[in-house]
Amino acid sequence: MKRELKHAREIEKAFTELKATQVQLIHSEKMASFGELTAGIAHEIQNPLNFVNNFSEVSYELIEEMNDDIHTGKFEEAKAIAEDLRQNLKKITLHGKRAEAIVKGMLQHSRTSTGAREAVDINKLAEEYLRLAYHGLRAKDKSFNATMKTEFDGHIGKVELVPQDMGRVILNLITNAFYAVNEKKKSFLNPVSPGRPEGGTVMNEKKYEPTVSVSTKKEKDRISISVKDNGNGIPKKVLNKIFQPFFTTKPSGEGTGLGLSLSYDILKAHGGTLEVQTQEGKGTTFIINIPK
Amino acid sequence: MKILVVDDEHDVKLLFEQRFRKEIRSGETQFAFAFSGMEALSYLNGNDNGAILILSDINMPGMSGLELLERIKQKYSKPPPFVMMITAYGDDENFKAAKNLGADDFLTKPLDFKLLKDKLKILKDV
Repeated sequence: MKRELKHAREIEKAFTELKATQVQLIHSEKMASFGELTAGIAHEIQNPLNFVNNFSEVSYELIEEMNDDIHTGKFEEAKAIAEDLRQNLKKITLHGKRAEAIVKGMLQHSRTSTGAREAVDINKLAEEYLRLAYHGLRAKDKSFNATMKTEFDGHIGKVELVPQDMGRVILNLITNAFYAVNEKKKSFLNPVSPGRPEGGTVMNEKKYEPTVSVSTKKEKDRISISVKDNGNGIPKKVLNKIFQPFFTTKPSGEGTGLGLSLSYDILKAHGGTLEVQTQEGKGTTFIINIPK
Repeated sequence: MKILVVDDEHDVKLLFEQRFRKEIRSGETQFAFAFSGMEALSYLNGNDNGAILILSDINMPGMSGLELLERIKQKYSKPPPFVMMITAYGDDENFKAAKNLGADDFLTKPLDFKLLKDKLKILKDV
């Protein structure tokens, strides 16, 4: 009896520890993807801030000019300047809001998910993470470049979901897609790379255009978000492992192996699914399905 | 003097038109805008565009500013247009790459319009 009780306690202790480790791991994955975002965010905020500064500076000059026009009785010209000023103020607001949205997105991403569902504009969410992921990668690797394509269904409307969680899924998929196209591009440049397809030449490298497309679609009973890349695809022998925790094809230290596994869990919690279509050498498409 | 400005941010057009409104009104400077590397190339391929200075951002999706620079310098050998590249602050890597590809001058972001105007003045006098 005593021994059994001791045994049960040990199991309970191990279970508690396991739970704590899991929480810790989820946190590290989140921080890893957050790190990916920081550089992108800095770049993304810089542009709207430059516009805010520039449009306010130029407006200051315009007011001086308008005053001169008023003093010299050139009222028509003063009126025209007033119109320019109005336009500039609009631009200042627009770019200020743009910066605000980026900061908000960042805070949302780092905040512990409340698990509460909100009505979310899926197209906006996808667009935001596409840009952030792109600039994040660019900041880490200056030579990285890819064409981004979006095809958003304007009828999609707002969808009830947990924005931080779904944002993380989208970010994971997009980051993976960029990684895939970048690896393919690099394999053309580096002849000893195992990913280099047969007959890959400098000519082919010129022709290869790394492309990541994000599209959304409203179906009868669900909405879908697709993230498509024209990278090297996923080899058949690992395809059934990609959603397993800790499975990664990245060099050690670069990936936690939790991205897709967490994404899968998040979608399950939303009653949705995560599908993958891949063709070796051609590319991969991940499709998020969420019931409406 | 005709300047082709290449940047993926559309509001750059409005900004330049305001920052240079006196120069544009007097006819001293004319501007054309392209919002991607591809657009810039097709503009340059058009007949008699007459742009003698190209001011290009580097960080653009699709064709980067570096690739655009490379293509311009390869294609227009006699006399190639003056290309000024806009680099992000502290981005030595792209600065060096652009220099190797034959960039004629540089500006850093955020753009100092006074400095740009000074540079243009010198260019005009040459």
